[in-house]
Amino acid sequence: MTACATLPALARYTVGLGDDALVLAQRCGEWITRAPQLEEDVALANIGLDLLGQARTLLTYAGQVEGAGRDEDDLAYLRDERDFLNVQLVELENGDFAVSMARLLVFSAYQRELYDRLHGSADETLAAIAAKAIKEVAYHRDHATEWVLRLGDGTEASHERMQSGLDTVWPYVDELFTTTGRHGTWPQPDLVSSGDAVDPEQLREPAMAYVQQVLDEATLAVPAVSWTATGGRQGIHSLPMGHLLAELQHIHRSHPGASW
Amino acid sequence: MSEDSTGEGARTAPKHLAAVPEVAPAQSARRDWPLWEVFVRPRRGLSHGHVGSLHAPDAEMAVRNARDLYTRRGEGVSIWVVPSYAITASSPDEKDAFFDPAADKVYRHPTFYSIPDEVQHL
Repeated sequence: MTACATLPALARYTVGLGDDALVLAQRCGEWITRAPQLEEDVALANIGLDLLGQARTLLTYAGQVEGAGRDEDDLAYLRDERDFLNVQLVELENGDFAVSMARLLVFSAYQRELYDRLHGSADETLAAIAAKAIKEVAYHRDHATEWVLRLGDGTEASHERMQSGLDTVWPYVDELFTTTGRHGTWPQPDLVSSGDAVDPEQLREPAMAYVQQVLDEATLAVPAVSWTATGGRQGIHSLPMGHLLAELQHIHRSHPGASW
Repeated sequence: MSEDSTGEGARTAPKHLAAVPEVAPAQSARRDWPLWEVFVRPRRGLSHGHVGSLHAPDAEMAVRNARDLYTRRGEGVSIWVVPSYAITASSPDEKDAFFDPAADKVYRHPTFYSIPDEVQHL
């Protein structure tokens, strides 16, 4: 049993949302100096910083709900891999630019629908965090959309790479919208019935309708999948997660309390 | 020039601008995205001002890149982008003929009026 399994349900839910944002922020940051153009470096850095801002408020709140005195830094830097509750989609390596854009399209479509509903959460703090994040995420989705359209409906080579990017990402899509997987249930059903949490299953139809419309316009096909990722919400992660955390956490762990 | 209160209305190009090429010069490689000039309006009632330039594959992406590069700190409420090749500039060689004759015509400057403090942007 992982340490996170003992967290109060609301804290577990909030940590899951915060970890999604934190891990994808790290992946966006990795693009800086490596994007196709300087302008794209800045765009992806902006998106990463938006996500980091969401992660900070969510993890801070999760720490308060837990009531054990952990702050955002404790949760981001001092937890081990098994205690991270993000979906595996966000830890997937950046890969080709098209892979990153395919991921951003699906993830921001999911987050857009999530925050739209979380805005009406019975939990006032989550509602307020969601209200601020909606506009940010709308822009992320727009950015990914513009690229998927251009690459998908561009040249033969760009179409092929965009399709292959989607193929890479697609097995990880289902986990975003799955409440109960092989390894457990997230969020806890009482949290959904009390109106605090949003049931991820509810987001599948509207988020995927948006993605489908973009793919149609971009002349791309929905990939067929032979397996789907599962277990991220219970702390089960794929190989790249350990490497990501090493990079994310090593400064803080080597120099505890360092600041600048 | 008429006041453009929305910032969205593009006027019809006058005939003499027909010399401007309708398409950008051919791009030789992926890294040769065309250059765009960016104009930002700080707030309603003011004019768009030139803030800089950037690269983008097309106009839509240029607007988005401009948003990320030039309005990070709430600098604007409206953005224009113009392909750099569409801008005709005065020549540095003609600087004297263009601008010096205005230097000694003090009567063009309304320095003889006192301006109330409340009047802004003059």
